[in-house]
Amino acid sequence: MRFLLRHLASVLPVVFGVLLLTFLLLHMVPGDPVEVMLGESATAADRDRLRAELGLNQPLPIQFADYLGRLAQGDFGHSIHTHVPIAELLAQRIPATIRLTLLALVVALMMGVPLGIIAALHHNRWPDRGARLFALTLSAMPHFWLGPLLMLVFALWLPWLPVSGMETGASIVLPALTLACGLAALLTRMTRASLLDVLGEDFVRTARAKGLPERTVVLRHALRAALLPVVTVVGLQLGSLLAGAVITETVFGWDGVGRLLVESIEKRDYPVTQACVLVIALAYVAVNRLTDFAYARLDPRVRFV
Amino acid sequence: MKSWSLVIPLFWVVAAAVAPLLGLQPDVIHLEHILRTPDWDAWLGSDDLGRDILARLLAGARVSLTVAMTVTVVAGVAGTLLGLVSGYFGGWLDRLLMRVTDVFQAFPGILLAIAFAAVLGPGLGNLILALCLTSWVGYARLTRAQALSLRARQHVEAARALGGSPWYVMRRHVLPLLAAPLIVEATYGIAGLVVAEASLSFLGLGIQPPHASWGAMLRDGVRYLLVAPHYVLAAGLSLMSLVLAVNVLGDGLRDAWDVRT
Repeated sequence: MRFLLRHLASVLPVVFGVLLLTFLLLHMVPGDPVEVMLGESATAADRDRLRAELGLNQPLPIQFADYLGRLAQGDFGHSIHTHVPIAELLAQRIPATIRLTLLALVVALMMGVPLGIIAALHHNRWPDRGARLFALTLSAMPHFWLGPLLMLVFALWLPWLPVSGMETGASIVLPALTLACGLAALLTRMTRASLLDVLGEDFVRTARAKGLPERTVVLRHALRAALLPVVTVVGLQLGSLLAGAVITETVFGWDGVGRLLVESIEKRDYPVTQACVLVIALAYVAVNRLTDFAYARLDPRVRFV
Repeated sequence: MKSWSLVIPLFWVVAAAVAPLLGLQPDVIHLEHILRTPDWDAWLGSDDLGRDILARLLAGARVSLTVAMTVTVVAGVAGTLLGLVSGYFGGWLDRLLMRVTDVFQAFPGILLAIAFAAVLGPGLGNLILALCLTSWVGYARLTRAQALSLRARQHVEAARALGGSPWYVMRRHVLPLLAAPLIVEATYGIAGLVVAEASLSFLGLGIQPPHASWGAMLRDGVRYLLVAPHYVLAAGLSLMSLVLAVNVLGDGLRDAWDVRT
């Protein structure tokens, strides 16, 4: 318990910094943010009202304290165009993003880990070369290029899946696959490298010398040790999938937080932009910290200083 | 080292450099050629406004490489200097810098660059600024970690004992040993920035119409996927060839110089 509390305390400065930086975003708008948001057609009264609403006529430290105070009550402000509370918008969009990222994670695991194992077991032969080429190619394909390519192949040339939107259950397949591929490439490389390391260890030689079948040696002895570093990567990358979701959701018209962020940027609805950035960053920090924590629990050699 | 990993980036650099001399018209609209498929007059076809896709690809390469190089130089120099001073001197400056980089790294991937570009407004200058503001962190962390361990090396101690000023010791005895890891980092960095520039342009945050960029071409191309797949394919394959080659070049340099990443 003390360990957990210490762990939580160590994350506080980072969370504070994240809050400060997202707060300052609105103040990075060149010129008058109210004018940029409302456009030139707005009346002076409209501007004054928004300025007062956002607290922009207060000194900066007071604005920041207000911002923190409101966030503590779950109040993210509201959209300057539709006046809908941002907390409501987020609540509508977050489940879709979670569904997408979790499915992408599962797909990436199902692709990357077996491929990495096959590559390691056929070191320097053609399955290994194939897996390496696959990983290399996918890691050079950003989501906004892989997505359209998958659309072209699986929705247009072979009309198996919906192009975009989220009307049917099958709509999630292409965005999840797009989001998964980069991570699958990384997992292939990691699993391969890690298993190759472990296969050279003494305990693997011992297991073989005992006369165990190769299948048992690999699956029961080597793989167990090899997957520990892979688990960490999965945890750390789960957070990065959130950043990938911004582009992927935009490509496929998937109504998650990422698309909300991009829509808010297009409409210059900066309070919404701010809230989306904050939520994604906090989720990322939380997932990373939980991974560290879980790793320390799984591996007694790891201790925090 | 694989030679194609050097040839492809060089091809794009040369193509981007000579493109303005070829008399191409990347921004000229030809409504009679809308979404023309590739033929002998337009090798890669035309886009949704009848503009020549090859000409626009070269113009886009120019934008992409200009952004990647500028940001790498600016953020690389700034990050390296900060990391060097921080790691070498330590103290409150070091603690402050580490806190700041922790916060920057709390934003996943390109999210912070998107946020900065969104509030700064669209345009090439703001795009470069947004990427500089986020890219220095990696260089600072790398240099700081290296400087911290190099500080304890005997040749550095000797130089200090002989009365070398901190700046002299850093410049002559620490920085040269950092060259290899920094060049490897910058190589991967360039690939990352090409993707980042395209991502921001894809979201409409980069260079504005009518000017071409690979990300914007991909965004427009997606809308005509069904009728003109050559549009998306041309932009996507160009981007992929450059990123793939630069990444492989980074791998080659890392292995050749035995840099641990």
